[in-house]
Amino acid sequence: MDVEILARIQFAFTIAFHYIFPPLSIGLGVLLVIMEGMYLKTKNPLYERMTKFWVKVFALTFAIGVASGIVMEFEFGTNWATYSRFVGDVFGSALAAEGIFAFFLESGFLAVLVFGWDKVSPRVHFFSTIMVSLGSMLSAVWIVVANSWMQTPAGFHVVGEGLNARAEITDFWAMVFNPSSMERLSHVLSGCWLAGAFLVISVSAYYLIRKKHIEFAKASMKIALGLALFASLFQLITGHQSAIGVSKNQPAKLAAYEAHFDSSAAAPLYLFGWVDEQKQEVKFGVAVPGLLSFLLYGDTKREVTGLNAFNPEDRPPVNIVFQAYHFMVAIGFFLIAISILSLIYLKRNKLFETRWLLWVLVFSVLGPQIANQIGWIAAEVGRQPWIVYGLLRTSEGLSKVVEANQVIFSLVLFFVIYSLLFVLFIYLLNEKIQHGPEQPDTISSEYEKQKGVLNHS
Amino acid sequence: MEFTFDLNTIWFILIGVLLTGYAILDGFDLGVGSLHLLVKDDTERRLMLNSIGPVWDGNEVWLVTGGGALFAAFPHVYATVFSGFYTAFMLLLAGLIFRAVAIEFRSKRPSKRWRSAWDIAFSISSILIALLMGVALGNIVTGIPLGADKEFAGNFWTLVNPYTLLVGITTLSLFMMHGAIYAVLKTEGSLQEKVRGWVNNTIIFFVIMYVTTTMATLIYFPHMLDHFKNSPLFFVVALLNMLAIANIPREIHHKREFRAFLSSAASIAALLTIFAIGLFPNIVLSTPNPELSLNIYNAASSQKTLNIMLIMAIIGIPFVLAYTISIYWIFRGKVKLNAMSY
Repeated sequence: MDVEILARIQFAFTIAFHYIFPPLSIGLGVLLVIMEGMYLKTKNPLYERMTKFWVKVFALTFAIGVASGIVMEFEFGTNWATYSRFVGDVFGSALAAEGIFAFFLESGFLAVLVFGWDKVSPRVHFFSTIMVSLGSMLSAVWIVVANSWMQTPAGFHVVGEGLNARAEITDFWAMVFNPSSMERLSHVLSGCWLAGAFLVISVSAYYLIRKKHIEFAKASMKIALGLALFASLFQLITGHQSAIGVSKNQPAKLAAYEAHFDSSAAAPLYLFGWVDEQKQEVKFGVAVPGLLSFLLYGDTKREVTGLNAFNPEDRPPVNIVFQAYHFMVAIGFFLIAISILSLIYLKRNKLFETRWLLWVLVFSVLGPQIANQIGWIAAEVGRQPWIVYGLLRTSEGLSKVVEANQVIFSLVLFFVIYSLLFVLFIYLLNEKIQHGPEQPDTISSEYEKQKGVLNHS
Repeated sequence: MEFTFDLNTIWFILIGVLLTGYAILDGFDLGVGSLHLLVKDDTERRLMLNSIGPVWDGNEVWLVTGGGALFAAFPHVYATVFSGFYTAFMLLLAGLIFRAVAIEFRSKRPSKRWRSAWDIAFSISSILIALLMGVALGNIVTGIPLGADKEFAGNFWTLVNPYTLLVGITTLSLFMMHGAIYAVLKTEGSLQEKVRGWVNNTIIFFVIMYVTTTMATLIYFPHMLDHFKNSPLFFVVALLNMLAIANIPREIHHKREFRAFLSSAASIAALLTIFAIGLFPNIVLSTPNPELSLNIYNAASSQKTLNIMLIMAIIGIPFVLAYTISIYWIFRGKVKLNAMSY
C-alpha cells in the first residue's frame, strides 16, 4: 500500500480514538465543578457522593486521553514531518502553549482532585476541580486555534521557496484569532459539554430504569439535562455561525457539505440524499429550494459558490463530507429535541417513571460521540486536498524518510493497542456503573488485613 | 561558533531545562516502575504504585511540553528526529501508553491475574521508556547520518549500536537509583526496609554504568570535550556532577534520604548539562558530514516566534512551578492507601 494512504489512515484512526476521551473529560469536568459547588453550598452529602463517583469516571477517561494524546503530538513529527517543517512557527507554538498553559494545569491539579480529598480543605479541593476543568478547556483552546489556522491561515507570511518554504508568524494575535478559531472553539466546546452531559444522563436514566441509586440518579439527571439543553442550543448557534464562516473562508468545503456543484442562485438545502460525484447529482435527495442561500446570506436568491468553480484537484471528496455533515446536524437537532422533551417531562414530574423516554436517554449517549466524530470528519475531509488551506497540500506534508512498511507496523500496533484499550475502557466503565456510587471500586480487604502488620512494624 | 546569549541560545537552554525537568521527575516514576516487580505482595505493590500515583501524570507533561517546545523552536529538529527515528518513537509511544493505562487499570479488579498482568505491563513499559530515552541520547552524542535536505539518511539499525545501548542501560540504571531513593522517602515499615536494601545495589549499578559510559564517550566521541577544552571553567560542572553522585551513598548511609534524592536530582541535572555543553550549538550532530548538522540557527523558527514563545514561557513557567511545588507539598509524607487510591 501507498505510504500516503497509510499515513492518512493512521492519523484518522489515532485522532478518532483520542477524540472519544478529551470531550468526555471536558464535559464531565464542567459537571464536576457544578456538583462539587452544590456540595459546598448545600452541604448535602448526596452531592459529595455524586462528585466522588463521577471523578472516578473522569480519571478513567483522562488517563486514556493522555495516553492517546501524546501519540497525536508525536505524530505530526513522525508521519507529517514536511508539514511540521512548514508550520513549526505557527502550529508548534500553539502546541507548546497548550503544554505550558493547559496540560500542566490539568495534570497537576488532577492529583488533588482524585487523591487529595483528605489532604486539603474542601475549598482548596474545589479550587483544584475548577483548575482541572479550566485546564481541559484551555487545552481545547490551543488545539482548536492550531487546527483553525490550518483551515483559515492568518497572521503569517511564507518565507523561502520550494523545499525551504516556511510559514512565519507576522502577527501572533491575528494567528490566534484567525477568522474561524473562535466560532470553531465554541462549537467544539459545546460538543464536549454534550458528550459529558449525555454520559451522565445515560447512566442516570439507566439507574432509574433499574430502580437503583434513585436519589443519586435524579440529582445527576437534573444537572446534566440543564447542561444538555444549554449546550445543544449553543451548538446550533455556533454551528450556524461556523457554516457561514466556512462559506466565506473555505467555499469548496461548504460546497461539499451541501453537494452544491453549480454556482447558482437559489441554492437548495438537502435534508438528506446520496451524492453521485460522477454525475454531480444528489440521488434520493429531499431538498428545500433556496434554503441554503437563505441560511448563508438571508436571501434565497443569492449565489452560492459550487464545487465546479474549483479545479478538480482542489476539490474535497463530496459524498463522505455531505453524509458526515448532514448526519451531524441531524443528531444535533435530535439532542435539542430530546433535551427539551425530557425537561418538559421533568417539569411535569413524569420523567423518572416514563420508561420509553428513559431508554431513549440511555442510548442518547451515542449521539454526541457520533456527532463529535463525524463533525470532525466533515471538517477535516472537507479541508482536503489541503493540509493548510490554500497553501500546502496534504500529500506534500508527508514525511520523506518514512516507508510504507514502517507505517504498516505502527498502524497495526495502534490498532491492536487501541482495540484492547477500547474494550477495557467499556468494560471498566460498565463495572463502575454497575457498582454505582458509594462503593470502593477496588477490594481493600487485603489492605485491611495487612494494615495491622504495617502499622505495627 | 561564537557563543552569544541570543534567543536561539535561550531556547536551547529552555528545552534543555524542560527535558531535564522531565528526567528528574518522570525519572523516578520510571525508576519505581522498573523496580516494581521486585515487590511481590499486592498491598506493597499498591503502595509503590501510589507513591507516584498523584504526580506521575504531571511529571509526564514535562515531556509533552518539551516536545511541543521543540516543535515550535526548532521545527527541523522535531521533523528530522521524529520521522527519522520513526520505529523507535512508535515503540516509545507504546511504552508511554502502556505505562499510563497500567497505572490506571491495575487495581480496578481484584483478580490476581489481572493485577499481575498490569504489574508486568507497568514495569516493562517503564524499563522500555528509560532504555529508549537513553538510546536517543546516545545517538545525539554519536551523531546520525543527515542529508543536505536535513532528513535522516539512515535506518533503525543505524540507531542501535554498542554505545547507544550503553547509554540506554546507563539511563535505566540512573532512573532505577533515583526511583529507589524516592521509594525509600515515600514508604515506611517493612516495605521501606526492603527498598532500602536495594538502594545501594542501584547506586553501584549506576556508578559502574556511568563510569563505563564516560570512558567510552571520552575515547570514542572526544568531540564532546571541545567546549570543555576551550573553557576550563566548565570543568566545574563535571566536578559538581561527580560530587553530587558521590554524595548519594553518603546521605543514604546517614539515613538522610531526602538529601540523597536531591543529590540524585542534581546528578541528573549535571549530567544533562555536561551533555548540553558538549553538544552546543548543535542539536542533531551529523556523522559523517558534520557540516550538515542541525544547530540552533539552521533548524530554528523565526526570531519573532522565538520571542513570542519566550514571553509565553516567562508568563507560564512561574505558575507551573508554583502549583507544582504546592502539589508536591500537599502530597508530602509517606504513601497511605485509601478508597481513592490506585
